[in-house]
Amino acid sequence: MQILTVIIINSILAVSLNLISGYTGQLSLGHATFMGLGAYAATLFTLKLQTPFLVSIVLGAVVAAFFGFVIGVPTLRLRGDYLAIATLGFGEITKNVLLNLKITGGPMGLRGIPKVTNVYVAAAALIFVIFSLGRIINSRVGKSFIAIREDELAAEAMGINTTRFKILAFIIGAFYAGLAGGLYAFLFRYINPKDFGFMRSIEILCMVVLGGMGNTYGAVLGATIITILPEFLRSVSPAIAQYRMVLYGLLLVIMMIVKPRGIIGESSLSNKKPKKLLEKGGA
Amino acid sequence: MLTLKNIVTYYGNICALKGVSLDVKQGEIVTIIGGNGAGKTTTLKTICGLVPATSGEIFFLDKDITNKPTSDIVESGIVMVPEGRRVFPRMSVLENLQLGAYLNKNRPEIKNDLEKVFDMFPILKDRIKQIAGTLSGGEQQMLAIGRALMARPKLLLLDEPSMGLAPKIVTNIFNIISEINRTGTTILLVEQNARMALSIANKGFVIETGNIVLEDTAKNLLRNEEVKKAYLGE
Repeated sequence: MQILTVIIINSILAVSLNLISGYTGQLSLGHATFMGLGAYAATLFTLKLQTPFLVSIVLGAVVAAFFGFVIGVPTLRLRGDYLAIATLGFGEITKNVLLNLKITGGPMGLRGIPKVTNVYVAAAALIFVIFSLGRIINSRVGKSFIAIREDELAAEAMGINTTRFKILAFIIGAFYAGLAGGLYAFLFRYINPKDFGFMRSIEILCMVVLGGMGNTYGAVLGATIITILPEFLRSVSPAIAQYRMVLYGLLLVIMMIVKPRGIIGESSLSNKKPKKLLEKGGA
Repeated sequence: MLTLKNIVTYYGNICALKGVSLDVKQGEIVTIIGGNGAGKTTTLKTICGLVPATSGEIFFLDKDITNKPTSDIVESGIVMVPEGRRVFPRMSVLENLQLGAYLNKNRPEIKNDLEKVFDMFPILKDRIKQIAGTLSGGEQQMLAIGRALMARPKLLLLDEPSMGLAPKIVTNIFNIISEINRTGTTILLVEQNARMALSIANKGFVIETGNIVLEDTAKNLLRNEEVKKAYLGE
């Protein structure tokens, strides 16, 4: 049951990064940072202020979303590689701050977190995330995200305020990642800055790329595979399990060559019947 | 309708526009002709707020729009068809057109505009479901123009609509531009194909290395010896 819960939490992470990278087309290498901020904030609310579990994880997500805004405003004027490097830097800064603050327990991390997350709570969260994300993607806001990915200049020329929507994608993605972080903390009962480092960000990115950029179910599939893979390898041979990062790398290289759009690939926006859309009129 | 006063635009250290002044009157087709790197595209981008002007002023319908956000400028009625068409490649024809109507929230109006675009470009109606990136160059140009029309422009900026198209299709596109103008949309057209552009325009500006060097009626420019030599290949 534990592994299923982990799969669900990872799915939330992958789905949330997919909004930023898959739908909006902004490469972020610091997604685990938002997860970490959510985890730390939720834990601290519970440990210091004794807020109830649900309130804590929602507040954790809000804190992560706030930092999504803070990091988004200066960096989202950057494009492509520059943005990726900026998010990388932000992740390192956050990790070092968490390592050195007293309230976060420094390198010792925070322990004694009550175990509240179970498979039902996590599943409910995932359903909420997928449902709300679906609503966003099919709305005007979602169309704007996709237009930015397709052609930022054209999107701007059509009157879409691209900077504002990129920041919005970051905020929403960070909110969901923070939610996942809270669930993570209340599952493992112990958090440490290293849990939310660069490697974790890369792992989340692997899930998205593997499953399919721009496809929510692809992200869930990618998260499932990447979560089960090390467990599966461990059951085959513990020696191979040590090399799982090598395998991720290899998997990505192979995916890029064989199926660059991911296992499921991008969900076509054109599945809807055009007749019906025509009757409805606009976007 | 549109007035540029001494617009100076830089890309980093490079001065792309060195004090461009021009004006476009309601109902006209005005063209800016010039060679590569003369500043044609930069002029359009500066008008739309995609590139900030370092100094100078831009007025549209008596309002100062200098360095306003692009979304505000589009809302005020200036819509650009970018160079190289720039359709949303993985979206369908219909989705591209719907995004053109992004700022319009009136559904019956959008539906009506869609019909108008399909009347003008029947081929787009046949390809309504097709992914835009798989259209031919000419069809993509039609889609890009159609998408801009969905935004209900008062002033349409066209950046090199003839680029990379077969001569027959270029003629077709220019006929459509004239037709759009007849329905009441003012047009500012940037072109390398000077002869074509001047043949449909009322007025022309010749731009060279960031300066307007000549301005006259299109008819006079077509007869101008310097223009003939430099841009018409005579």
